[in-house]
Amino acid sequence: MSTKPKDEGLNSPQYPIPEDLQGVVTITTLDRIYNWGRRNSLWPMMFGLACCAIEMICTAAARFDFARFGMEVMRASPRQADVMIVAGTVTKKMLPQVVRLYNQMAEPKYVVAMGACASGGGPFKEGYNVVSGIDQYLPVDVYIPGCPPTPQALIYGLMKLQEKVDRQTIKEVYGRRAEMIPIPVLGPDVMDPREYDRIREYTRQKAEQEAAAAAEPEAAQA
Amino acid sequence: MSEQTVMIQNEEDTLLSRFPKVVRKDERKGYEGYVVEANALTDFARTLRDELGYDYLSSVTGVDYLPQGQMEVVYHAYKTTGGPALVFKVQVPRDNPVVPSLVPIYPGADFQEREAWDLLGIKFEGHPNLKRILLWEGFHGHPLRKDWREPYFEAEHKPYKSRFPEGKVFRAEERNPFGKNVDYPAGFDPAQWTPDNTNALIYEGLGRVEKASDDLPTEQIVVNLGPQHPSTHGVFRMVVTLDGETVVDLEPVMGYLHRNHEKIGERNTWLMNMPFTDRLDYLSPMSNNFGYALAVEKLLGVKPPERAEYIRVIMAELTRIQNHIFAIGMFLNDMGAYFTPSLYAIEERELILDVFEAVAGSRMMVNYFRFGGVARDIPEDVMKKIHDLAFERLPRRIDELDRYLTNSEIVRVRGEGVGVLTPEQAIAYSAAGPVLRASGVPYDVRRAEPYSIYDRFDFDVAVRYHGDVYDRYLIRMDEVRQSIRIIQQALQQIPEGPIMSGKPQYQHRVPAGESYGRVEGPKGELGFYVVSTGKGNPWRYHVRAPSFINLTALAEMTKGQKVADTVIILGSIDIVLGETDR
Repeated sequence: MSTKPKDEGLNSPQYPIPEDLQGVVTITTLDRIYNWGRRNSLWPMMFGLACCAIEMICTAAARFDFARFGMEVMRASPRQADVMIVAGTVTKKMLPQVVRLYNQMAEPKYVVAMGACASGGGPFKEGYNVVSGIDQYLPVDVYIPGCPPTPQALIYGLMKLQEKVDRQTIKEVYGRRAEMIPIPVLGPDVMDPREYDRIREYTRQKAEQEAAAAAEPEAAQA
Repeated sequence: MSEQTVMIQNEEDTLLSRFPKVVRKDERKGYEGYVVEANALTDFARTLRDELGYDYLSSVTGVDYLPQGQMEVVYHAYKTTGGPALVFKVQVPRDNPVVPSLVPIYPGADFQEREAWDLLGIKFEGHPNLKRILLWEGFHGHPLRKDWREPYFEAEHKPYKSRFPEGKVFRAEERNPFGKNVDYPAGFDPAQWTPDNTNALIYEGLGRVEKASDDLPTEQIVVNLGPQHPSTHGVFRMVVTLDGETVVDLEPVMGYLHRNHEKIGERNTWLMNMPFTDRLDYLSPMSNNFGYALAVEKLLGVKPPERAEYIRVIMAELTRIQNHIFAIGMFLNDMGAYFTPSLYAIEERELILDVFEAVAGSRMMVNYFRFGGVARDIPEDVMKKIHDLAFERLPRRIDELDRYLTNSEIVRVRGEGVGVLTPEQAIAYSAAGPVLRASGVPYDVRRAEPYSIYDRFDFDVAVRYHGDVYDRYLIRMDEVRQSIRIIQQALQQIPEGPIMSGKPQYQHRVPAGESYGRVEGPKGELGFYVVSTGKGNPWRYHVRAPSFINLTALAEMTKGQKVADTVIILGSIDIVLGETDR
């Protein structure tokens, strides 16, 4: 009877169903049907940052077509989206917006870091306006390597995300309240509000060092 | 030939005799053009524009000559009737760089001067709106100055020392106290920080009551489109002031994808920059490679062999085709034909990407050109594929798109007469590429100053005369057809032979000097200004980005239009944010 692989059928407790009801009735767990619905309707946010966004568009188009996985509904509003595909380089100037968009998404929500830049800064890591990986600010579920990842790689990454969804239980997901991530502030450089004390300590020490360095030649003269 | 030499000689005499003492020829080895005193710049530029016919100011940028203690602003002006550039420079002391702004004479200098202020700290006196453009107000320092160091600074030049000393991985984060790519000035207190008020200034229009007529009071409101907005083709922001549905004012805000190409490029070795150029305009990587290769080859004095020249042209034109059909698809998307036309466009684009993948190993980031040739030859079967595309499939599919779209009533009604840019405005705003040509200016770098082997091909410079959104759509169709013509000729003429002149090298010693290589990219004139000091790295690496400069005219085009039309006007300019923000 249930020789189907675990992923395909819904009949997971493998309860013996009378023969005349097979095909009409399925007995499953709440977790399983809940996750089955969620994993097959992960709506990504229509949100592209850089080159990777072009590959994301190609993935959505006819040749690769991630509609096959129930993901074709790209939502421009974060309120309606389940997955944030961070497709491209996150710059410091864009970072407050990215974090705000993440905060605005409803739980359960997932973040996919697509490509080298979103995962760790990529080729632009050393740049003064580049955040070296979105995981410094947001919790990332799946990292996809590549520069840019091919559509195949993106689909594989999204399938990994589906597997992750499968492993969750309704107990931990349903009704979970989102934890707001403080939105970084653009100052002389980008500032994380959680780190203000550290920043203050750092700049105080730096000022002291500079003052000491300035005083040194005078001391040498005297 | 002699005629041109005589003409240039005459110009030189005019300029030097008109401006004795304040204008001199740039005598440094490897440099060209004139050096103008800052106080004479405005008169000099006016003479150029009004008397000598240099009506198109293509590129404005700055160079930080730290050892000499000088800032130099470099201008490249062209005639829209064709011909080589006239280069002029202003040298100012580094500690107080003030240069008169050229915006009153060439409005196209607007964004470029703001960029030079932002990144190099050169003040342009008389600029109407001199504030930061790629970074934000309040950023510490001007990052392209040679003595400015980024938080992850390792060494002045690449190649860096081993990242794996004694077999242990070593990451930049470990050296930074925050573990992040950040640094703060000494004595700075974040609690005291007030974010900049540029947004407040932009929002000031909010709620302003203006009387449109005697009995109907109307209110102006400010609407933000972007940076996360499906119509802006990436992370671009338009702050639109509206009166009802009519646009009163528009301010483009950019820099959300400023990836510091130029700072990284000046640390890189010459060849290392090639893959970075792919990521500028990521829809047309081959053209970017082409421009950079030309600029450096000018300095190196190498010429690629025949076969390589043909391969370059074929690849550049394939790039143009895929860029234009993608642009058309996305433009229809902006018009409201949600995704269906783009599906047709992307289908063709995929076929061209397959060709790129076969020759270069990557669909998008090709890194295919080398100084003096290309990286790999085109295999026989790929050649056949290109042949089929150029002779069979693409002409048919373009006709198909044409049949579906061109006379569609919606496209015509939405497009005709919307976002008009007159030829005078287009030239003044330094618009380039399809935007310029759709306004009735037949200026194409491939014809105006032929590079590579473009003088051998028979093709027309596409031109349309209304300067509206519809013409900018049509001109892309025209250009795709011309590109197919060029590819067909190139495929018939391509000889056998080597694809690299000389041995492939990793490290190039580039003779000292400056060079400006420009190509007609799909978005317009793509220029690379490089300065070499004879070392293994460029001293200055600047990209004249057509998407960026074309946006100068955006406010002009949208004023008086409906808010829904701003979206298609932006779509018709066809920007790519990787290039706009660099």
